[in-house]
Amino acid sequence: MNFGKQLKEGVITNNPVLVQILGMCPTLAVSTSLFNGLGMGICATLVLICSNVVISLLRNIIPNKVRIAAFIVIIAGFVTCIDLLLKAFVPALSESLGVFIPLIVVNCIILGRAEAFAYKNGPVVSALDGLTQGIGFTVALTILSAAREFIGAGKFGGGLIDVSNGFRIVLGGADGIQVLPEGVGASLITQPAGGFLSLGIFIAVVTFLLRKSEEKAAKKEATK
Amino acid sequence: MEMLTSIFAISLGAILTNNFVLSQFLGICPFMGVSKKIDTALGMGAAVTFVMGIASLVTFFIQHLILEPMGLEYMQTVAFILVIASLVQFIEMFLQKSVPSLYTALGVFLPLITTNCAVLGVSINNVSYGYSLIESVVYGVTGGLGFMLAIVLFASIRERLEFADCPKSFEGIPLAMVTAGLMALAFMGFSGLQVW
Repeated sequence: MNFGKQLKEGVITNNPVLVQILGMCPTLAVSTSLFNGLGMGICATLVLICSNVVISLLRNIIPNKVRIAAFIVIIAGFVTCIDLLLKAFVPALSESLGVFIPLIVVNCIILGRAEAFAYKNGPVVSALDGLTQGIGFTVALTILSAAREFIGAGKFGGGLIDVSNGFRIVLGGADGIQVLPEGVGASLITQPAGGFLSLGIFIAVVTFLLRKSEEKAAKKEATK
Repeated sequence: MEMLTSIFAISLGAILTNNFVLSQFLGICPFMGVSKKIDTALGMGAAVTFVMGIASLVTFFIQHLILEPMGLEYMQTVAFILVIASLVQFIEMFLQKSVPSLYTALGVFLPLITTNCAVLGVSINNVSYGYSLIESVVYGVTGGLGFMLAIVLFASIRERLEFADCPKSFEGIPLAMVTAGLMALAFMGFSGLQVW
């Protein structure tokens, strides 16, 4: 068990969004502001860790034939918890993510990890796997959100950073920092069409970089 | 008459202006996964339309006859996903027994639909928009038709893209994403379409 290696896998070489191409719906839909992206990432990570631990603990009890249904019920239970907690403590996030909070249930990343990892491994490793894959999802989502917000509206940290009355971090409702002058941004990028475009370009860039580093590693091997 | 206009407005919205895939981002996984060939795209579209219609109907009754009278609205997510999962399984068994031709046509796509967020999404939206029974079913079916329209158009573009010359990093999913982006851009043209 090597946390550093697992973390590198989750965030870079086996990133759930950018390499495994899972969880596209929330990635595209909520990556419009830093607040939404980060919030969605953290919620999904929490659900992923909890469901991974529980599924891993129950892995010897759940019969093979009904495992998918059992996974879905466990995941749905945790999603309901998160949904209620958000409504109580961070209502602004609950409102801006809307239908995509209950839709964490059908997020392929969570079901995918349950099936591919938690059902076969012990609870501690599974929790770490959930954490690292969740961090990978959160990082990809946060970068995409920040990029879309910056290109689309010329802002940074919408919903999260309030500068109207000194620098403050708030949970929802803030305007963010206006980096570029008003009206300079390409507002298309914050629209649905821009979501597809920016995610496509993001994945292509990551594929390019990964291939470059692989080639470099192969060259190093060869010269040895 | 009022009923008809509302149904027409819902259909128009679900198919064109607020297309499930291209403007609400629901059902992206099958949209990307099963759109390499027009035939399979058609099959998936038909299966989704079918399940979304039935799921809208069933979840309407679950919501209004079980969850609301008992004050269990917070169990919505769990109840809906369970109902949808068993519904899909049930439809699969029913079709296999009684309509084998439809079963072979939809076959492989049916189990995949459980994790299609468009189905759960349409059920939750029906409740949050406060649609009546008929409106819910119309929203479900036309949402499925919108999905079918998008995925069939997308598949026919992708069939040609297979032979396109593009930078190596863009091959596969990234190129498909950019294509979907251009399609979404085209569908944005419909957003001015307001009859009433």
